[in-house]
Amino acid sequence: MSIFLDKNTKVIVQGITGSEGSYHTSRMLEYGTSIVGGVTPGKGGQKTEHGLPVFDTVRDAVDATGATHTCIFVPPPFAADALFEAHDAGITFAVCITEGIPVHDVLRVVATTPGMRIIGPNCPGLISPGKSLIGIMPGHVFKEGSVGLVSRSGTLTYEVVDLLTRAGYGQSTCVGIGGDPIIGTTFVDCLREFANDPQTEALVLCGEIGGSDEEDAASFIREHMPEMPIVAFIGGRNAPPGKSLGHAGAIISGAFGTAQSKIAAFEAAGVPVADRPSAIPGLLAQRVPASV
Amino acid sequence: MNLMEYQGKELFRRAGIPVPRGYHAAAPARAAELATPDVPEWVVKAQVLMGGRGKAGKVKFAKSPDDVASVAEEIMATPMPPNRQNPKGERVNSVLVEEKLSIAKEAYCAIAIDRTTKRPVIMVSRFGGMDIEEVSEKHPESIAKFFVDTAIGYSPFIGRELAFQAELDPGYRKAFPAIVGGIYELFFRYGAKLIEINPLALTSDGRVFASDAKVELDDDALYKNPEFKEWQETLPLDEDEALAAQAGLGTRNFRRFDGNVGTIANGAGLAMATMDAVRNAGGNFANFLDVGGGANAERVRNCYELVVNHTGAKVMFINIFGGITRCDEVAKGIVEALNTTKSRKVPLVIRLTGTNEEQGRKILADAKMTPVETMDEGAARAVELAA
Repeated sequence: MSIFLDKNTKVIVQGITGSEGSYHTSRMLEYGTSIVGGVTPGKGGQKTEHGLPVFDTVRDAVDATGATHTCIFVPPPFAADALFEAHDAGITFAVCITEGIPVHDVLRVVATTPGMRIIGPNCPGLISPGKSLIGIMPGHVFKEGSVGLVSRSGTLTYEVVDLLTRAGYGQSTCVGIGGDPIIGTTFVDCLREFANDPQTEALVLCGEIGGSDEEDAASFIREHMPEMPIVAFIGGRNAPPGKSLGHAGAIISGAFGTAQSKIAAFEAAGVPVADRPSAIPGLLAQRVPASV
Repeated sequence: MNLMEYQGKELFRRAGIPVPRGYHAAAPARAAELATPDVPEWVVKAQVLMGGRGKAGKVKFAKSPDDVASVAEEIMATPMPPNRQNPKGERVNSVLVEEKLSIAKEAYCAIAIDRTTKRPVIMVSRFGGMDIEEVSEKHPESIAKFFVDTAIGYSPFIGRELAFQAELDPGYRKAFPAIVGGIYELFFRYGAKLIEINPLALTSDGRVFASDAKVELDDDALYKNPEFKEWQETLPLDEDEALAAQAGLGTRNFRRFDGNVGTIANGAGLAMATMDAVRNAGGNFANFLDVGGGANAERVRNCYELVVNHTGAKVMFINIFGGITRCDEVAKGIVEALNTTKSRKVPLVIRLTGTNEEQGRKILADAKMTPVETMDEGAARAVELAA
């Protein structure tokens, strides 16, 4: 098992004929993801360079392929529309890679697309190592195993995964939830899934400054999964207030969203917080042995 | 993008939110010209993005057009003094001249984005005229909040409920629901991340006015309203953002600090972790820099030059995780950037790991550059070299 996706998950790509969409479709296919087609309005009936069918609408794609998942690479002004279209066509799981979508568009989308889980926007996607990958993560860094990972960042995730893999900890599913202020799927949403996943025996949570998602995760852990071995990391401990660093969501305003408040919340929930990424495997080893 | 008060009030007018009669003027003489004699007293306010105008003597009263001119001149003569958020101060390029109101009460009203509920939140307090941070410390119970379901939108009961809950003076009741409706409309129409009316004034003759306006627009939504381009040009530039843009980076990808260890990393999360690593090693970082995807030679050179030319960096710590970006490409970029730059040279500490790591290290070694193995090691080395 794993969460959110496995070998048989049927995926379409919205924006499949664009340069990003096309490139990452190749990478996903190489990894073994079951991509069954793509959508580019006006190019219906054609084949992509990968030999996949292109459809004019998501509805056509879903009708013809039975896809349940979509990966969205369309530019910011059209991304909300792409998400609405996916929802309308019955897609239940959307990964939105696009960076720079107006936050009000995202507010409207998350409020009006019940029944469709959205990962992102502005995220690297997710991977169940050895099974499937949706997004832009470098598949070869990951290794199948029993540690689940949730992160607000991209490259930092790869860094942490690399450290885990080298220390003998493979991964069940790794989810990059995105660095924007409003995201479809939060830490808590992922924790709920991991709590019921038999493959996942331990978790690593990579948060960062801004918002209160990490604090919410800490209370959830305290109430619902005190037994699960979990290690956390908070990026941006030394960031000043009032300025966002790279991620639009990584901003401290007032006493809200500081690294201190997040670390305190995790520690109160019995979750050790690594002071640097390289300390994560060691803290994990205090609770679960590595399976080299 | 943050708007000046007069720009915010222009948006308020469009949504029917009452604002005091007033004029915006870029020169004292113009301010005097616009100040008609039928108004007994005027208030002249510096148009700046910084807070604390009153304390800095940048809000003054005037009783005649001549008076308006001399007061405006005084306000514009000196910049806003520096504070913690803006250590450089801010020039006063224009003033807003408004009819002075006889204020009986001051309240607070704002709309912002709540990350947890993923909804717009409207906040109201009967304590107006002071910082909302201060209110939330001293009178947290006074702040009434409503999280709006965007699928339904705003309805006047929300404003009524908030006014009762926040115990606003009954004098506000009639006008209040429409004012809240106005900020809700503006919030979506113009993609605002924050709209704050502080204070929302109740005059002694029972009228309600937005006495100040603070509006922060979502930069990602600016393309929807090309008219803001014009406004953007009148606003003081954030220097870090301007430098980032010149180097071909996103405006959020670069920030300067006062340390001496320059940092370059790929990805915002890794870039923040790199700064933390420098601090963990006992040093001080000079900047935050996320090169973004595809670290080719030109990009690496631009980033290198940006940091050495504009910060106090005595050493550069380059921390790259090759995911989709391959390490050999990045290494080539670093070597070429360093060979072609005309900027000052500082010692480099390079940490390259991930895809094609070995080829990357070899390219660096051939160019007499020594990569370090881990982020911690790199940070320690860089801090040592900067000391």
